[in-house]
Amino acid sequence: MFENLTNKFEEIFSSLKKAPSLNEKQVEEGLRSIRQALLEADVALPVAKTLIENIKPKAIGQEIIRSTTPGQMIVKIVYDELVQLLGDKKSEINLNAVPPVSIMLVGLQGSGKTTTAAKLAQYLEKNNKKKPLLVSLDVYRPAAQEQLKILGEQNSIQTLPIVKEQLPNDIARRALGAASLSGSDIIIFDTAGRTQIDLSMMSEIKELKSTLKPAEIMLVADSLTGQVAVNIATEFKKAVDLTGIILTRADGDGRGGAAVSMKFTTGVPIKFLGVGEKIENFEVFHPDRIANRILGMGDIVSLVEKASQNLDQENIKVTEENLKKGQFSMQDYLSQLRQMKKMGGMEGVLSMLPGVSKIKKQMDNANIDENIIKINEAVILSMTKEERLNPKIINASRKKRISSGSGTDSATVNKLLKQFKMMTNMMKKMSKGDPKDGIPPEIFNQLK
Amino acid sequence: MGIFEKFKIGLNKSSKNLSEGFKNLVINKKIDSKTLDNLEDFLIESDVGVVSAKELKQIFTDTKIDPKKDSLNQVNLIVENYIKKSMKPLEKNIVIEEGIKPKVILIAGVNGVGKTTTIGKLGKIFSKDNKQVVFAAADTFRAAAIEQLEIWSEKIGAKIIKSETGSDPASVAFKAIEFSKKNNIDCLLIDTAGRLQNKKNLMDEFKKISKVLKKIDPNSPHETILILDATTGQSALNQVEEFQKITPISGLIMTKLDGTAKGGILLAIARKYNLPIIAIGLGEKEDDLELFRAEDYAKALMSSN
Repeated sequence: MFENLTNKFEEIFSSLKKAPSLNEKQVEEGLRSIRQALLEADVALPVAKTLIENIKPKAIGQEIIRSTTPGQMIVKIVYDELVQLLGDKKSEINLNAVPPVSIMLVGLQGSGKTTTAAKLAQYLEKNNKKKPLLVSLDVYRPAAQEQLKILGEQNSIQTLPIVKEQLPNDIARRALGAASLSGSDIIIFDTAGRTQIDLSMMSEIKELKSTLKPAEIMLVADSLTGQVAVNIATEFKKAVDLTGIILTRADGDGRGGAAVSMKFTTGVPIKFLGVGEKIENFEVFHPDRIANRILGMGDIVSLVEKASQNLDQENIKVTEENLKKGQFSMQDYLSQLRQMKKMGGMEGVLSMLPGVSKIKKQMDNANIDENIIKINEAVILSMTKEERLNPKIINASRKKRISSGSGTDSATVNKLLKQFKMMTNMMKKMSKGDPKDGIPPEIFNQLK
Repeated sequence: MGIFEKFKIGLNKSSKNLSEGFKNLVINKKIDSKTLDNLEDFLIESDVGVVSAKELKQIFTDTKIDPKKDSLNQVNLIVENYIKKSMKPLEKNIVIEEGIKPKVILIAGVNGVGKTTTIGKLGKIFSKDNKQVVFAAADTFRAAAIEQLEIWSEKIGAKIIKSETGSDPASVAFKAIEFSKKNNIDCLLIDTAGRLQNKKNLMDEFKKISKVLKKIDPNSPHETILILDATTGQSALNQVEEFQKITPISGLIMTKLDGTAKGGILLAIARKYNLPIIAIGLGEKEDDLELFRAEDYAKALMSSN
């Protein structure tokens, strides 16, 4: 699914013309396929729509960083937006209350509340040096209380002794007393699973909330949840005013769009992720990882990031201006080679581009010697300033000097000069628009 | 209460959403490309998947809905027929035949979809039918999973074969089929631990359970049922695909259809994998598991009251 999307995306954008900045048509085309990606990742439709409406004005007119395509720029803009949306400011668990501090976990059946309760307890014990008490208020699911008790025993975390037939609110009161006696400073309450439209069950958690006055009420939600995520989060927030979300099963193959849906509609921060079946498989939420997964285009994002970091913007401007004037000099070629080197050579640049299979194949067939970049750099460095600006003056004796200065031979110098000539021609063509048939094969022959 | 009524009550929230949604989209509106786009979007929101939504949009376009006549009715009918056509061939009953003893039913699914609860409910249906039922507690991983199944076995008067937490689930399954054979049991239901379909070692473990049963009865498991959660999104498609790779799935049960989830993913799965659908879970109570009927499902989903 992931690769299909990326390929489709590349297909759409290979037809878009290069331009200094994104125009409206490019943005619209790009966002249409982004929308598809978001939906396939289970981002709820109204959320995907609003998100895209918000992004549109930001993207139009955005400068396209050289060596990236309009499509790649749009992916990066969407990615940044997603990261910001998912948690621009870090939200840590709030334990600021008079101990024992109550934390309540709520959610649908089977979302992973009981396992999460134990994980959270162990996390707070290790990272916050707390002494937690685990309490199950699930009197409905058979053996739910036993499950939490066993998890406590397995991990040496205290649990409240089970008293049969006691009602949730009474268990809650008993827990508050017990924690004070045993010196526990945190109580984690696991509640029964409930659907958000079950009115009597929803009023139960309201009642529990008023008994416990918890510092945190966290919704435990399955990251595989589909379109219904919006409704779940909204209703639980309405009922008990959630303070955080814990996403479970983030180690599954779900793309995690539910995270975006829930955060977007409720504003409730996502605080933790469950990432496995073991008790220690629990971590603080990282927005960038989920954003990557939702778009499924992490490689494009890192390419754009690298390009914007590494490229010497001024050099590019000079090169661009020279190109426009039809004066592509050896100096420009040198700075291009250096940029390429920074990005991990030809292979490095290409391996980051998904979907450019045509060029990649050409590359493989061409058998490019990565050393060529280094050698060419050395040859150009052995030229005088005059020679670099006007390579035409390089005659036989100059060639001899250059080759001995760079530790190469005159054949290599010749090759570079020929390559440069072709490069100049291609640059001229490219400045008028994208080459339709990929890179001319002669260029690759030259790089061998 | 007939099955249809029960369906409707359970699916009430969903049916409201679907017909209400269509109503807002088509009544007194020109059926132009924008309306068609909106219909498609609305279907996507019901988790039916991009493919089914596109197909339905195409049908809407081809049939040329006449806005002068009852447009809502036309749209409803199209969707209803589409669901029926896609799902009718997939209805499947589980019959406990006299000849096979025990009929071995292996239950699979990711974590938290409701496997243990569904086994309890299935067990109840079979024992009501005067069949002797045995549970195998082969979820030896989740804390108190065994206890949970034990409580169910007491409720419905089934025997349970179990071992310690942490023991080999395949050996529990083996013990259970051995016991059932010896005691002339009609039906053996095997509960397994939840496993995410992308965890190779857990999927291998599942394969082993299925394999070990064949030592006693080469035709077993007679049914391998995958349980799916209605609130799950597009991952449900992957779940079907990956479990299928490990062992042939003979049927599906979808749980938690009593929430707001429209379970449209069931349609997406039906379209893509052609797997029989056995039952749907419509609530937490012991009897809230209903045999799947395409007409009832489509009607209950579509009818506007």
